Amino acid sequence: MEKIIDLGQYVAMFVNWLMDFGRPFFDFLKNSGNGFIDSIEWVLTATPFYVVILIFTLLAYFKAGKGVALFTVLGLGLIYMMGFWNDTMVTLALILVSTITALVLGVPLGIWAAKSPKADKAIHPILDVMQTMPAFVYLIPAVLFFSVGKFPGAVATVIFAMPPAVRLTTLGIKELPKDVIEAALSCGVTGTQLLFKVELPLAMRTISTGINQTIMMALSMVVIAGMIAAGGLGEQVLAGINNLDIGLGFESGLAVVILAIVLDRITQAFGNPKDKINNK
Amino acid sequence: MKDSIKIRVKDLTLIFGKRKKEALRLLTKGVSKTEILKKTGCTIGVDRATFDIKDGEVFVVMGLSGSGKSTLLRCLNRLIEPTAGEVFVNDDNITKKNNKELLEIRRSGMSMVFQNFGLFPHRTILSNIGFGLEIKGVDKKERLIKAQEAIETVGLQGFGEQYPNQLSGGMQQRVGLARALANNPEVLLMDEAFSALDPLIRSDMQDELLDLQKKLQKTIVFITHDLDEAIKMGDRIAIMKDGKIEQIGTAEEIITNPQSEYVEAFVEKVDRKTIITAETLMFKKYVTCLYAKDGPKGVLRKMREASVEVLPVIDENHKFKGFIWLNDVLSTQEEGKTSIMDTVKEEVPKVFPDCTVEEMMPLTTATKSPIAVIHPETGRLLGIISQVSIMIEATRFDKKEIIDLKKQSKEQ
Ligand SMILES: Nc1ncnc2c1ncn2[C@@H]1O[C@H](COP(=O)(O)OP(=O)(O)O)[C@@H](O)[C@H]1O
Ligand SMILES: [Mg+2]
Repeated sequence: MEKIIDLGQYVAMFVNWLMDFGRPFFDFLKNSGNGFIDSIEWVLTATPFYVVILIFTLLAYFKAGKGVALFTVLGLGLIYMMGFWNDTMVTLALILVSTITALVLGVPLGIWAAKSPKADKAIHPILDVMQTMPAFVYLIPAVLFFSVGKFPGAVATVIFAMPPAVRLTTLGIKELPKDVIEAALSCGVTGTQLLFKVELPLAMRTISTGINQTIMMALSMVVIAGMIAAGGLGEQVLAGINNLDIGLGFESGLAVVILAIVLDRITQAFGNPKDKINNK
Repeated sequence: MKDSIKIRVKDLTLIFGKRKKEALRLLTKGVSKTEILKKTGCTIGVDRATFDIKDGEVFVVMGLSGSGKSTLLRCLNRLIEPTAGEVFVNDDNITKKNNKELLEIRRSGMSMVFQNFGLFPHRTILSNIGFGLEIKGVDKKERLIKAQEAIETVGLQGFGEQYPNQLSGGMQQRVGLARALANNPEVLLMDEAFSALDPLIRSDMQDELLDLQKKLQKTIVFITHDLDEAIKMGDRIAIMKDGKIEQIGTAEEIITNPQSEYVEAFVEKVDRKTIITAETLMFKKYVTCLYAKDGPKGVLRKMREASVEVLPVIDENHKFKGFIWLNDVLSTQEEGKTSIMDTVKEEVPKVFPDCTVEEMMPLTTATKSPIAVIHPETGRLLGIISQVSIMIEATRFDKKEIIDLKKQSKEQ
């Protein structure tokens, strides 16, 4: 079919211009981002595996109960014994960095959208688009601006994993009972006091659900980011597929699933603290 | 209650919607609300309300759901920004305050109590009560002391460390009240504060608030949709309809003299006998006899002139002594006595002006005597209530009660 409009050409022109123009800025982002990722990765890999397993098991035990703790110790132990410990820590580091960044950007955005109907109107459709796009689409701009490696992997992950953090923060604040907010206002709270003393603590349950979803989405994206040489379990999965190595594919896939379950159960437990405030 | 004015509301108007200016213009031109809604899409929440609230008064705003009570109340502390009009507290124009001054007023001058309590579920009872102090920056020690005081005022000692959802509805509203009181405000705004409670607990809370009010003497703006509650709580009542104040007055004034059909329909079902008092019913232009001065002849002349068979007798200080009857005076005259002092019946029914019809009913059935209304301290005669006027009031009672009354009077 004949091309009537060459949209791609204009986009390419624009991106090229942006890359030339913003080179110093992008380089700065990449360097500091890589520094962050490397230091987290260094901490995780330098810590002996049994200490990491112990920390996760204790967290699981105190927050999520005995069953989850048992699963954690067995699951992570299996990962170690299969020889995927290092890759798992690399993946975990990328998840941590991406999640933290997604939250640092997403939660304030969510608060803003909850407070300003105009901001909400602008942010809402963007989030909708972000969530309907297939995950690997995010790899394209990341690679364009930052080539391959861990940092573009993290960038794609942040963009992909941010929507639930924004959405559920907005929801958590907006769904609060009107009379509780009015009660705070009638006591003479400032905007900041309202946010930090009433809205955020009360919305925390919903926001935790958002955090949990963000972590899970980050995990799935980090694996996909193996396609652009982000390292970790993703690259092992990819290698398994490319070489038709069923054994490698199965083992690395299993490691991803174990990591997913452990992270999910522990972060979910943070959202449902077993205290008396929430036992409605 | 002192007589100075605490809150003055002038032409207060609140319009919901985008085209407020246009709606306001139409409203002042006298265009109807449905018409304004059609033309501008704006709802009139409060329509030019004007009233004064006295210092230390319980001022009730009553009306059906949707009549604009909550909106009016929220305009007083500007939780809702008034569209037009003014609110003065202590002659200070609230509507002109900047944000900082407004926060100060909410922190120290006015507190609010909500229908669904509005407690903070993530804070303990003590921390709920101390919330207002916390945001004012009061240090923790003083906060605890004040919160503890407030918790004792509402009778919740021992519950300080619990969370709101561990308490019953009545207790939760005590916390709401304590939170409002902890700031020691001059004005309490209560939006249907007891409407969500069970009838029995509700009645208890009403009694307790009235008790508390005797001690605290706050100015209370009390919203309710329940006429019985309005009558029980209110020193004065404002009746609201479609955002407009229809009538303001004491319960008795409103019931005896409703100024619109709407108010009349509203108060129709009220149990009048618990509200109408001796003061309203009494006859003030009566003829009197003087205890130590009048003789039988003079009394007979007075009776003839007024064409009555019984007259009240007072002493030189206008203090009520008793009633004197025609037959007794005639016998006294036949006996040739010149004083009526032995003829006066002193064992007769006497009431104070605030005595209700209900309380007077037993008196009417026990004797044929009129009832004297006297001053509670000086004993001066203020007026006289005839059996007839009580019976007239009684004809507004239920049929069964009238039959009972008649039966009892026959048995006498
Ligand atoms: N935020 C709002 N937007 C539009 N209309 C409102 C809003 N809040 C209240 N109203 C309308 O204003 C009127 C008065 O409401 P309200 O003050 O809550 O009445 P009440 O407290 O007497 O039940 C009602 O007709 C209601 O529908
Ligand atoms: Mg209301």
